[in-house]
Amino acid sequence: MPAVNAIGLTKADYKGAPSTLCQGCGHNSILSQIIAALFEMSVRPEDVAKFSGIGCSSKAPTYMLSRSFGFNGLHGRMPALATGALIADRTIKGIGMSGDGDTASIGMGHFKHIIRRNMPLVYIVANNGVYGLTKGQFSATADKGLRLKRQGENPFMPIDICMEALASNATFVARTFAGDPKQVKALLKAAFHHKGLAVIDIISPCVTFNNRPDSRYSYTWAKKHEIPLHQIDFVPPEKEIWLDKGMEPGEIRDIRLHDGSVVVLKQVDKDYDPTDRFGAIKAIEESYKQNVLLTGLLYIDPEAPNLFEILDLPEEPLNRLTEDRIKPGREMLDQINAEMFAA
Amino acid sequence: MSQPMPSSAPVAERPAVVNDFSITVGTINGTGSQTSNLTLLRALFKMGIPVSGKNLFPSNIQGLPTWYTIRINKDGFLARRDEHEIVVAMNPATADEDLAKVVPGGVYLYADHLRPREMREDVVYYKMPVRKLARESGAPPKLRDYVANMVYVGVLAWLLGIDLDAIHAALAYHFHGKASAVDLNYKVVQMAYDWAAENLEKQDPYRVEPMDQTRGLMLTDGNTAIALGSLFGGLQFLSWYPITPASSVAETINEYGPRLRRDPVTGHKTYAIIQAEDELAAINMAIGAGWAGLRAMTSTSGPGISLMSEAVGLAYYAEVPVVVVNVQRVGPSTGLPTRTQQGDITFTRFLSHGDTEHIMLFPAEPNEAFEFAWRALDIAERLQTIVFLMSDLDLGMNHWMTKPFQYPDQPLDRGKVLWEEDLKKWAEEGRRWCRYEDVDGDGIPYRTVMGNRYPGAAYFTRGTGHDECARYSEDPDVWVRMTMRLKKKYREGRKYLPKPVVETMDGAKLGILAYGTTDPAVQEARHFLLRDHGIPSDYLRLRAIPFHDEVKEFLEKHDKVVVVEANRDGQVAQLLRMEYPELATRVISHSRSDGLPLTARFVLEGLLAHV
Repeated sequence: MPAVNAIGLTKADYKGAPSTLCQGCGHNSILSQIIAALFEMSVRPEDVAKFSGIGCSSKAPTYMLSRSFGFNGLHGRMPALATGALIADRTIKGIGMSGDGDTASIGMGHFKHIIRRNMPLVYIVANNGVYGLTKGQFSATADKGLRLKRQGENPFMPIDICMEALASNATFVARTFAGDPKQVKALLKAAFHHKGLAVIDIISPCVTFNNRPDSRYSYTWAKKHEIPLHQIDFVPPEKEIWLDKGMEPGEIRDIRLHDGSVVVLKQVDKDYDPTDRFGAIKAIEESYKQNVLLTGLLYIDPEAPNLFEILDLPEEPLNRLTEDRIKPGREMLDQINAEMFAA
Repeated sequence: MSQPMPSSAPVAERPAVVNDFSITVGTINGTGSQTSNLTLLRALFKMGIPVSGKNLFPSNIQGLPTWYTIRINKDGFLARRDEHEIVVAMNPATADEDLAKVVPGGVYLYADHLRPREMREDVVYYKMPVRKLARESGAPPKLRDYVANMVYVGVLAWLLGIDLDAIHAALAYHFHGKASAVDLNYKVVQMAYDWAAENLEKQDPYRVEPMDQTRGLMLTDGNTAIALGSLFGGLQFLSWYPITPASSVAETINEYGPRLRRDPVTGHKTYAIIQAEDELAAINMAIGAGWAGLRAMTSTSGPGISLMSEAVGLAYYAEVPVVVVNVQRVGPSTGLPTRTQQGDITFTRFLSHGDTEHIMLFPAEPNEAFEFAWRALDIAERLQTIVFLMSDLDLGMNHWMTKPFQYPDQPLDRGKVLWEEDLKKWAEEGRRWCRYEDVDGDGIPYRTVMGNRYPGAAYFTRGTGHDECARYSEDPDVWVRMTMRLKKKYREGRKYLPKPVVETMDGAKLGILAYGTTDPAVQEARHFLLRDHGIPSDYLRLRAIPFHDEVKEFLEKHDKVVVVEANRDGQVAQLLRMEYPELATRVISHSRSDGLPLTARFVLEGLLAHV
């Protein structure tokens, strides 16, 4: 018998169509962790909706959560599409699946603006520094000096997704590595319980076009150079927080989210404060100097108002409001007509 | 044009011209002349005289010349005219140009700091001490330029006999009753009136007299009408990006929304408005919202439509209801951003790559714009597609006389949406639901929307090839089947679109076809074609594309159909020839695009050339 979760579902209930991505593609591993996270948190697939743009990353939503609504839209426009859709029903949790081409090039404007609006959405960037679906062009996150078969050498500096997110006042910024499934899953769980927009930049190696051992986006390099900021655990609202025995005070930091769940950071770098935006920016900058892949929850502001609150929407789904609640009465039109300039 | 050419004979020998002339005011953009011009327009309207006002403004913040032209016509012909009987010149830079505009025997009313190079013999002159009166009004120095424009309101009031109480009522309306502003402006009007009475001698034949032709009507603009129509049509989602001349659609929704659309149950808003980062975001947000079951709309103009074209193809193929308001301005490119055109018709008809076609609605005046706004939301949800509400700058931003907005009596049409209980029923009846299956034979499938938790309700939406059950497919037969069904949906769906309005005259052989804001010019041209040339005509006013059968019948009934349009290429004429190749030779295009609303004279010339 396969394991069932608290709502009686098995992992199979969270699956999608068979993946057509390359064997070994980091994206497949991200999909497994999304499925595992939702399964473990006992989230009903019907309470989730998935959105994507165009690219290998954006094909991925097909391969998970076939019981959820999904919309695979246009290249770069996932943030806009998801914003419009999710406003229709606040009780649905959105997953936006994007890539480095989708987010850091064609959709950069939308990425920055959905952050600015703090739209409730788990925004995943499956980041491999290369265009895979069109067979191997540089993306905007590609390392300077990267060599590709038909492209020569990349002469430009890369865009850093987390830096961009922080610059736009994101309220949840994390970086992780598809080869570190435990951390990916923990961050996903925390992101699901964040009330606003959660950006997770996941280094997700492209085994076909960008997997040379010296590439920052390869399994080999990332495994060797990953420096986790902390060990991260997620504790759902209904559970008591338990601590590892023998841990010294100061080695743990817990961040309470708006719904009562807690993100627990263990073995924290004592100087690192994930609520300090400037500190996060500095840490990323340092990681470049040290040539390491800094992973973990870089920044969080659990209290910032989200777009639903800013728009003053009712708690119940807007798309279920009946006609009497969305069509003003005749007397209102009479009033308005009377206010117009008349003879 | 009903006005006979005035002579330059002295006033005593010239018959009075009452309630039938045009006033054109030349000012500098950004000096607040809009308040004065609207005050004149409203005061005349308040006196019961049919009026229209057209703001002919440049694309800049301040400094460039701008004109406002008011047509006063006792018979209710309110198209713009090229003849200017009374020209008010307030802008030194255009003093000569404005003088040249005056018809022979007309009036040139000018500020005394203007220095026209040479004076004409055939024009009546009045000089106004604008700056002196503005100074003497006691207005604070920073407001002087603004109130200076009230001087010509006061002088015109004396010259033409405009009722001062009507002017006061217009000012009170404009300033929402704010006493200090009303008093200051009215004081200048009164001072100018008194000065004119004391210092001027009337030498021209033009005057106004009260009538009873505006009772039961109101003055408003098309953008306001669309905004209100959408709110009364249950609009739930609006995304937009600022652009002239469409911005005031969204701004008006923003202003009225909190009052009209607070949830009676929770007190929260029952709609969302997002000012997007660009038009790409605006349309994609609206598509997301429409897909998820909200009455969704975006408002823009030509450049925005250009940016939206990829997403429009997605909405077409994924079958997502969205309304796009296009307040047309002159293109291509940045074109003439503050001028009017019916220039996006062929572009919008087939917008996006691949095989597409789109529904367009053409309101001709504010009341119809209000109605089409709520109808567009119904049609979009009924047909699960994108609907373009094709307004233009003339309708959108100018004031029109119109009937009070009519309450939409019929219930909202939410189309074929299945919720949990519906799917349960289908299951009990042993029916299978598939997202893109043509169950009813009308080409319109049933849809579920995000949030429906019934098992099997969820489906994956994509712009890529899909079959009846929304599964990915590149099968050639499936592609043909799905796209042919879309074609059927559009053909069958015509019954949900507003039919053309046909007006006939006895013995008419000539047909005229027009749409939208050319209507007043066409109506007037038909009147004079009959009166002065003895030629009756039939008129079909198109209100939607794709064409109803009535359009074909109209072409069949007339050997010649002159298609009047405010664009260079005769875009609807092109579509007619394409749709009805067997009738193509009957279609005669008479079109022009110069940035201005068409005149009856232009229309009449075209009609006379083809009878």
